[in-house]
Amino acid sequence: MKVKSNHVTIKGIKDGLVFLLDDKCEFPSLLEELRYKLEYSHQNILTGPIIHVDVRLGAREISEEQKEMILDILSKKGNLLIRSIDSPPVRKEEDSTTITTMSGIVRSGQVLHHEGNLLFLGDVNPGGSLTCTGDIYVLGLLRGMAHAGVNGNENAIIAASYLSPTQLRIADIISRPPDEWENKETSMEFASLREGVMQIDKISNISRFRKDLNVFKGV
Amino acid sequence: MMGEAIVITSGKGGVGKTTTSANIGTALALLGKKVCLVDTDIGLRNLDVVMGLENRIIYDLVDVAEGRCRLNQALVKDKRFDELYMLPAAQTKDKTAISPEQVKDIILELKKEYEYVIIDCPAGIEQGFKNAISGADQAIVVTTPENAAVRDADRIIGLLENSHIGSPKVVVNRVKSSMMKSGDMLDIEGILQVLNIDLIGIVPDDEMVIKAANTGEPTVMNPSSQAAIAYRNIARRILGDTVPLMVLDQKSSVFKRFKKFFGMG
Repeated sequence: MKVKSNHVTIKGIKDGLVFLLDDKCEFPSLLEELRYKLEYSHQNILTGPIIHVDVRLGAREISEEQKEMILDILSKKGNLLIRSIDSPPVRKEEDSTTITTMSGIVRSGQVLHHEGNLLFLGDVNPGGSLTCTGDIYVLGLLRGMAHAGVNGNENAIIAASYLSPTQLRIADIISRPPDEWENKETSMEFASLREGVMQIDKISNISRFRKDLNVFKGV
Repeated sequence: MMGEAIVITSGKGGVGKTTTSANIGTALALLGKKVCLVDTDIGLRNLDVVMGLENRIIYDLVDVAEGRCRLNQALVKDKRFDELYMLPAAQTKDKTAISPEQVKDIILELKKEYEYVIIDCPAGIEQGFKNAISGADQAIVVTTPENAAVRDADRIIGLLENSHIGSPKVVVNRVKSSMMKSGDMLDIEGILQVLNIDLIGIVPDDEMVIKAANTGEPTVMNPSSQAAIAYRNIARRILGDTVPLMVLDQKSSVFKRFKKFFGMG
């Protein structure tokens, strides 16, 4: 069998070999090509002394089972010593339309952390903190500290029915009301970063700032 | 029939935990209940002073826990009531002298004998607090109309909600109605909005309380004191009576909320 495509690239580095595995193609065809290259086309360079091998998977996410399959093929060649298999960290999908709902009271000294976007039904009391990798929506009184986009997402927002926090943070920008905000209203607002400065705006203006949200357009 | 153990706590110091413990305990005794007060503030005991029983102490809580005496030997009988007793804390040790399990066992023992066991908790959220709540069935959180006290009460409520006790009730202590009216003090409504738990009483700021504490005679014994009436009302509410809130020139909305609570409960 002849493999024409080039999903597997083998590069030599100073102290071994790097297998670059394409992250776009189907997994079975990747395995097939890997097997073919080891058996036939690159046979000569893969025999001899022990060689260290690094496997790079690109953006492909593989299961433990699939990882075993790759290792299985490579270990058939006795002289290949697998040094690393680099699979990208499992990333949770941070889609702005996926929101987790939670309820309760975040009291003084308590911390609620959430990976993703959070709709919190209840109050965040002074001394309590709410941290999120995505957006924060509080259906209640936000009087404690809220930190949206903790991993550096500057597009994250913080919205609350009653926005009266001790402090707000988005990504690594910290803002302290009321001296830094012009707006005095505290009902149904959201905070966002515009050119690195925290701004407070009416909730109805949110679609002007965030184009990725599902926008309702009436007829 | 087992009695009920109620811990009086606050987080912040100086808001009136000991005074509240002494007065609620005495008020319950006044209503004919068999009551034991337990001071868990080891190293900084005060309950005996407020009750005027300091000079009658022979053994204390730590002595009981370590088996140097029997529980009955450590109990101090009140001067005024035959069915009111107090288990004093040790003054020489610190909070680590006793474990939550030991306190729990002692409280369990007391509950067999007494209808109400009132536990006076030390300030803070560390070992002393853990000791105090270990044997309690219910909790009363004392706060004053100050931001710092409310913040700490909120912290304590969070800890209690995550413990075996569950939802506590709140006493707002040292209320000055004139200052609340003028907006210089947090109002009851605002405090309850933050804490979001049931109110069991409002105690007005009363100079008699200080005088009483210094003479070792709980305020609740003096019926001419406003605070005394408030404490008696709290005791009646603990017994399950529906007692309307004292008129303190508060906004009517507080009454509504209060009525709603007792109407439901």
